[in-house]
Amino acid sequence: MSDILLSLNGLTKAYPGVVANSDVSFEIHEGEIHALLGENGAGKSTLVKTIYGLVKPDKGEMTLRGQPYQPGEPRQARASGIAMVFQHFSLFDALNVAENIALGMENPPPMGELEDRIREVSEEYGLPLDPRRIVGDLSAGERQRVEIIRCLLQNPSLLIMDEPTSVLTPQEVNILFETLRKLSSEGTAILYISHKLEEIRALCQAATVLRLGKVVSKCDPRTTSAREMAEIMVGASLHVPTRAATPKGDVVLELKGLSAPAPHRFGTALQNIHISVKAGEVLGIGGVAGNGQDELLAALSGEMKSAHGMVRLGGEDISLMGPNERRSVGVCAAPEERNGHAAAPDMSLTENALLTGAVRKGLVSRGLLDWPATRTFAEEIIKAFDVRTPGPGNAARSLSGGNLQKFVIGREIMQKPKVLVINQPTWGVDASAAASIRQAILDLAAEGAAVVCISQDLDELREISDRFAALNDGRLTAPRDMQGLTIDEIGLMLGGAHDMEVAHVDA
Amino acid sequence: MLTLEKRPQPSKNWTYAAPLLAVVITMIVGGFVFAALGKDPLVAIRTIFYDPLFGEFASYSRPQLLLKAGPLILIAIGLSFGFRAGIWNIGAEGQYIIGALAGAAVGLAYFPDGSRIVVFPLMILAGVAGGMIWAWIPAFLRNRFKTNEILVSLMLVYVAESIQASMALNLLRNPDGHGFPGSRNLSQIPASANLEIFANTGIHWGVFTALVAVVVSYGVLMRHRFGFDVRLAGQSPRAAIFAGVNPKRLVMTCMLISGALAGAAGMFEVSGPAGRVSIDFNVGYGFTAIIVAFLGRLHPVGILFAGILMALTYIGGELAQLSLSLPGAAIQLFQGMLLFFLLAVDVMTNFRIRFGSKE
Amino acid sequence: MDFGSINPVLLVASLMVAATPIILAAAGELIVERAGVLNLGVEGMMITGAIVGFIVTAHTGSSWAGFGAAALGGALLSLLFALLTQFLLSNQVATGLALTLFGLGLSALLGQGYNGIKAPEFAKIDIPVLTDLPVVGPILFGHDPMVYIGIALIAAIWAFLKYSRAGLVLRAVGENHDAAHALGYHVMRIRTLAIMFGGACAGLGGAYISLVRVPQWTDGMTAGAGWIALAIVVFASWQPWRLLIGAYLFGGVTVLQLNLQAAGFAIPVEYLSMSPYIATILVLVLMNAGRAPGSLGRVFHASR
Repeated sequence: MSDILLSLNGLTKAYPGVVANSDVSFEIHEGEIHALLGENGAGKSTLVKTIYGLVKPDKGEMTLRGQPYQPGEPRQARASGIAMVFQHFSLFDALNVAENIALGMENPPPMGELEDRIREVSEEYGLPLDPRRIVGDLSAGERQRVEIIRCLLQNPSLLIMDEPTSVLTPQEVNILFETLRKLSSEGTAILYISHKLEEIRALCQAATVLRLGKVVSKCDPRTTSAREMAEIMVGASLHVPTRAATPKGDVVLELKGLSAPAPHRFGTALQNIHISVKAGEVLGIGGVAGNGQDELLAALSGEMKSAHGMVRLGGEDISLMGPNERRSVGVCAAPEERNGHAAAPDMSLTENALLTGAVRKGLVSRGLLDWPATRTFAEEIIKAFDVRTPGPGNAARSLSGGNLQKFVIGREIMQKPKVLVINQPTWGVDASAAASIRQAILDLAAEGAAVVCISQDLDELREISDRFAALNDGRLTAPRDMQGLTIDEIGLMLGGAHDMEVAHVDA
Repeated sequence: MLTLEKRPQPSKNWTYAAPLLAVVITMIVGGFVFAALGKDPLVAIRTIFYDPLFGEFASYSRPQLLLKAGPLILIAIGLSFGFRAGIWNIGAEGQYIIGALAGAAVGLAYFPDGSRIVVFPLMILAGVAGGMIWAWIPAFLRNRFKTNEILVSLMLVYVAESIQASMALNLLRNPDGHGFPGSRNLSQIPASANLEIFANTGIHWGVFTALVAVVVSYGVLMRHRFGFDVRLAGQSPRAAIFAGVNPKRLVMTCMLISGALAGAAGMFEVSGPAGRVSIDFNVGYGFTAIIVAFLGRLHPVGILFAGILMALTYIGGELAQLSLSLPGAAIQLFQGMLLFFLLAVDVMTNFRIRFGSKE
Repeated sequence: MDFGSINPVLLVASLMVAATPIILAAAGELIVERAGVLNLGVEGMMITGAIVGFIVTAHTGSSWAGFGAAALGGALLSLLFALLTQFLLSNQVATGLALTLFGLGLSALLGQGYNGIKAPEFAKIDIPVLTDLPVVGPILFGHDPMVYIGIALIAAIWAFLKYSRAGLVLRAVGENHDAAHALGYHVMRIRTLAIMFGGACAGLGGAYISLVRVPQWTDGMTAGAGWIALAIVVFASWQPWRLLIGAYLFGGVTVLQLNLQAAGFAIPVEYLSMSPYIATILVLVLMNAGRAPGSLGRVFHASR
């Protein structure tokens, strides 16, 4: 193996109440694709922020090519040849591609020159991109290209990628991997953060596994099985949800040509969507982020009303009903964003229980709130769904992501809905909580509810759905039975390589 | 280096301690200001905060306290709903003026006949309606055209002041007033006077209404769906829509509530303490009420105390003007400072200060 | 009633003067809002600038010294706002209101004893031939320097936002503060500087009212100009040149109604004097505002 590029020695970072990183040590070699593996909350992001100069460690040190390396801010990290592709939060919707890229560079050339270089580099690495386009109008995959090109223009010696494939179709993942392999062959090291084990096995040459802030294993992913890595990562053998083969009942939920304009400037319009979901059935809806998932959920939950006749429940037209009217007839929903949409972070769990439970649980009579009954309802959710919290009086924001998600999903399931619509049920949730949430969804379906599960996690959809449909630019494919569907077929349904040009990488 | 760290949940203790701490800091800094003006700070503070309650002339100033606190509390209660929901009606002063004009117009229309049983309730209704109409404009424009309610409601204050001047000079001018601007004195006409309910307590119908408003709004905020919707919409607008709150209806309701209460306050003032419509019968209660609402943490009981405290600074300020010749503007500054310091110490409710290196 | 007494050339020339305080204050606020901060304290900073500028000019006799002091005063006052909103993370709407109330009180206190004094005249630029040209002369030339400084400021802000690196960073911070932070930009520092620039501009605008436009000191003399400046920033969709148009529109209404008052037009004075405010509301309604900066008014706290 080649020389050591970056070496971490005993990095420790504590926040009140949690030790995010504890004595973390490992090395990354020049030109190596190195996986950093771990569950949500294992300390991966704190670690990469330390390398990128956004977080200062309490203890420990780093060396870069043998020299001490202590970046005080990202600027210094970039000057040292370290670049990072973020999972979220680093693009500016209202600015164009070139401006976005200039912002991530130390000494950007004049705009005209920069635009030429962007075209040049994007061609070279098979990532076509128009520098004049407004970033808010780009697809998720294209947005990622902006970030990657921003990094490549700096000729980095280490490229950090945080969960890069979560927004890509399988075909797009292949394009990305080719680009990364080419970079690696040219001598750029890549620190690849993910929890998707098959990808890591396909791409990476070394892996470091974090659990609860500590390095628990270093392995060669090419020779370690996915199952072994999963168990190292989680620290226990995983519960795989079980589902009973239940007979499907009558059609409960029907969408007939649902169309709706984009709710805001960078939203997606829904176009002629047809669905019918039977009692006891789970319909999985896949798709890359930003293809109309939020809008579809809003159209089903009643936050966005649609034209007459487009949404039907057991034959009854519910298109014009608001969220609470839909709840009263049995349609419940759990949106993707926990903080500020599905739940109010600054309110107590009791108040959050009231947020959607008011109608079906009879917590309001003639406008007056029944706090004791609401509190009891919150306690029931906490108990039934194993939500870890001192009590229902605590603010929602004091809960971890997984616990709050269990509360949110539990709140809807405990209302015994006829139809449950969920967007990203296990996003940012640790593996054990994710398993119990999936089990709960399957149990609800087994009791005869119709479930629509929107998710970007294909493994999740393969695990729980009876049928599968893909959402692409506001359009939904015809649903197909999940059983027997291959990953390639799913990829094609998701839009293949999307509207992106197919890469032609000169290796 | 100091760093702020978000608390897992808001601190209960700081919720109560912050306003008190703000008052103490304001007294200290205010003391320096008074010293800079050449006044003995301790005497000035005592004159403002102690004498109106327990001093030589307390029997005169105590009723005054309620008289001034009444409109402040009434307006602030109305504002608190909107402020909680993120709807910023800062033009209460305008709604106050229009309410007063409407109420006065009804009272004057019945002059010299008309019985109190009919006239006074009608005046209250007119005051409420006047304030509501003035608040309806920014609400409607926000819902229909997405215009900014802060700016519109504020612009309408200046418009209301112009109307007020016009009314004092023309339509409502006292025909027996020898050409001087200003209307007849409503408080001296039995049918339209806003009288003290209990003699020498300062409790007139407006103060009584303010106290009722405190109790009712407490109930609404804590026990009614509307109060929950207001709080939810303020904290998480998206979650509120998910919970079935209609944002436009909420904007309208909150604005109308604040307009109604501000209009009522204006009517009670013009038919009581102010007495008549003049070019400048309004004294900025609509703006001071904003401070009262925040100082009371948008909570009905807090607003009750904050209103009394703010009234104290008015009365005490007048006393200090007389006995120490402290400029009136110093009190205005003092009130501004109070809001500033409250906002500053408020950070402690949601954040913890840590000493140590920055990340 | 005599419309003949209204001279259109003088009308245009004086609307440029009437618009100048608004241009100055709104230009500052535009930068503040492009950085993602909503400072509703413009009125308070303007009135403080008005009195500080007036006092310094009254004592030194120099209008330039007065303008300098007003800019400094406005910037210092805005620093309070920056401290509260950026470091103590207070609500920007409430803090801006507090700043206005505080500024009104402060200025009234400082202004004791200055009521009714006339400010020394601020010399107009006099370019021999050009100023004497008919029509164009009084309109384009022959104003005092601040009128041109106001226009130059708009041009400078336009170029700054469009072409400079610092302008790009400022827009980025206003658009998405989390992303800017992740890229290593100092959100709080940039915003604090923007807020102080806004304060300085508001101070200048206020001083223009007390030193040139009126020119004397009375309590509360800005009479809502700060709020109109805020409205014009919205009207301009956060674009510098549109801001100029908005300010001239407003200046036009103001000057026209004053001229109508002077001409003894049949509409009562009180109704004419409310017209600028109604015009502002109408403009807010008719002009559908463009897209506001993404992070406008939101509190930024760098979490882990």
